[in-house]
Amino acid sequence: MNRLEATLHDSFVEAERHLRVIPRNIELLIFATIQPIMFLALFAYVFGGSISIPGFDNYDQFLMPGIFSQSLVFGSAFTSIGLAEDLSKGLVDRLRSLPMSRSAVIIGRTVSDLVRNLLTFGVMLVAAFLLGFRFGGSVTDAVLATGLLVLFSYALSWVQALIGLAVSSVEAANSAGFIWMFPLTFVSSAFVDPSTMPGWLEAVANANPFTVVTNAARSLYNGLPVGNDAWLSLAWSVGLIVVFSMIATRKFSRSTSS
Amino acid sequence: MTKDHAVQMQGVVKRFSDTLALDGVDLAVPAGAVYGLLGPNGAGKTTSVKVLTTLIRPDAGTATIDGIDVVKNPDDVRRRIGLTGQYAAVDERLTARENLVYIGRLFRLGTAEARLRAGELLDRFDLADSADRVVKGFSGGMRRRLDIAMSLIANPSVLFLDEPTTGLDPRSRLGMWDVIEDLAADGTTVLLTTQYLEEADRLAEQIVVIDQGRVIAEGTPDELKSRTGGALLQVSIARAENRELAMSVLTPLCTGRVEVRDDRTFEAPITAGDRVVPSVIRALDDAGVDVLDVVVRRPSLDDVFLALTGHIASAEEATS
Repeated sequence: MNRLEATLHDSFVEAERHLRVIPRNIELLIFATIQPIMFLALFAYVFGGSISIPGFDNYDQFLMPGIFSQSLVFGSAFTSIGLAEDLSKGLVDRLRSLPMSRSAVIIGRTVSDLVRNLLTFGVMLVAAFLLGFRFGGSVTDAVLATGLLVLFSYALSWVQALIGLAVSSVEAANSAGFIWMFPLTFVSSAFVDPSTMPGWLEAVANANPFTVVTNAARSLYNGLPVGNDAWLSLAWSVGLIVVFSMIATRKFSRSTSS
Repeated sequence: MTKDHAVQMQGVVKRFSDTLALDGVDLAVPAGAVYGLLGPNGAGKTTSVKVLTTLIRPDAGTATIDGIDVVKNPDDVRRRIGLTGQYAAVDERLTARENLVYIGRLFRLGTAEARLRAGELLDRFDLADSADRVVKGFSGGMRRRLDIAMSLIANPSVLFLDEPTTGLDPRSRLGMWDVIEDLAADGTTVLLTTQYLEEADRLAEQIVVIDQGRVIAEGTPDELKSRTGGALLQVSIARAENRELAMSVLTPLCTGRVEVRDDRTFEAPITAGDRVVPSVIRALDDAGVDVLDVVVRRPSLDDVFLALTGHIASAEEATS
């Protein structure tokens, strides 16, 4: 086995370990699914009547891609919790003492979290349709939009991997993995038009990669011109993956239970 | 660097930000031997194991497994070792069998081979009945047995057991001792760490005593015990007022100072197997001291540790 084959093999074994147990934790699956549906319904019914966005007749068409985007990003927090758990239970020590690929443990973890996020996303999409959401463009546009969101969520999983390995406990990973998601997703174009924010906040919101990704997906779902946002969000995701996969793998190679 | 040694450390130093965890540790374990690394918490036992299992890099010195350097060729080392750390490192969401097959596949055994090995190990470690149950419901003893089985899946030439019985109830501890004795009988090289002196005495043929990052003594359990001067004589007399008299009679017969345990009990080192006991009884009798009891006690490793370090390596102190 060469290095690449070894990494793929070990990543597959790791991913399978996590995927195998998804059906065993029905509670987790149910709550992970209910949460985004609840968000969809709450935002659509609570804010739906009072918020109007220029260029959109219907707030739902604006809002729902934002909630898709937010839910996928929140889903990346599973990665930090899972890795912190493996570390605190001594499993990382065991894995590091094996002749296996160093990056495979994180690749397997992020890929399995991605699969779980996709499952949740599928359920959410169905719920959105039931609430009246419709694709404004072609199915290809919708697939591209979903791909951009999922890729960004995957990129953030690598950021989360680093957090999971850097903190000292599972509890800390739980907080540290979630806390920055709130400003990231709210100071953005996910729920409102940033031009309604105070000037300095608008600047932050517009520079936020989450805004770029959300805008790209929203335009594609609604069949609107996407401009540079698609390429920009692709660049953000790939950039984050490249940088954080290096840092997180390095961190993993030095992590040990205390 | 001799090939004969399965495990070797030479002058290994490891410093964590403000503490010197290893201060020049030397260690040599011949192939097939069971060595015990004994010391209180924080002595450097786990750090030594982590250096030998490639988890942390030493700041100075060399460490080898089967002659292979742990820093230069970590992957070759990893193919030869099994590690059972302080925590039962199992995935508790998986079944016992799945845990074993999972680790076997990471050793690139192939699924069929991994399944076969898993089945053998489940039988051997008395886990066959629970093989397909999720580990979450396992007792501490079962988890540890599974943990060791996982370390053995690729037939390692050296097995590291870091405090294999810490946190187990007395019955599970006895079960674990049987497991480790079986491994030793099979010829696996074992380096185990423990803070339980009794455990090192029972399992290890050679004990390395470590304290504050340094090896302070090494020998067989018997050699270490004889360091405290052989045996201890314990004499109880009937009447406290004879105390001074009894001490003056005992002193010339013993090899060291006579210690007073309480009003009527004395303890003194003697040379083992030197027929001291009859002379002691006769001398005390001649002096008119009424003797209640005479006991000869071989020193425990606690005594040894106290003699070597000046402090007690009690498990209570260490786990608090």
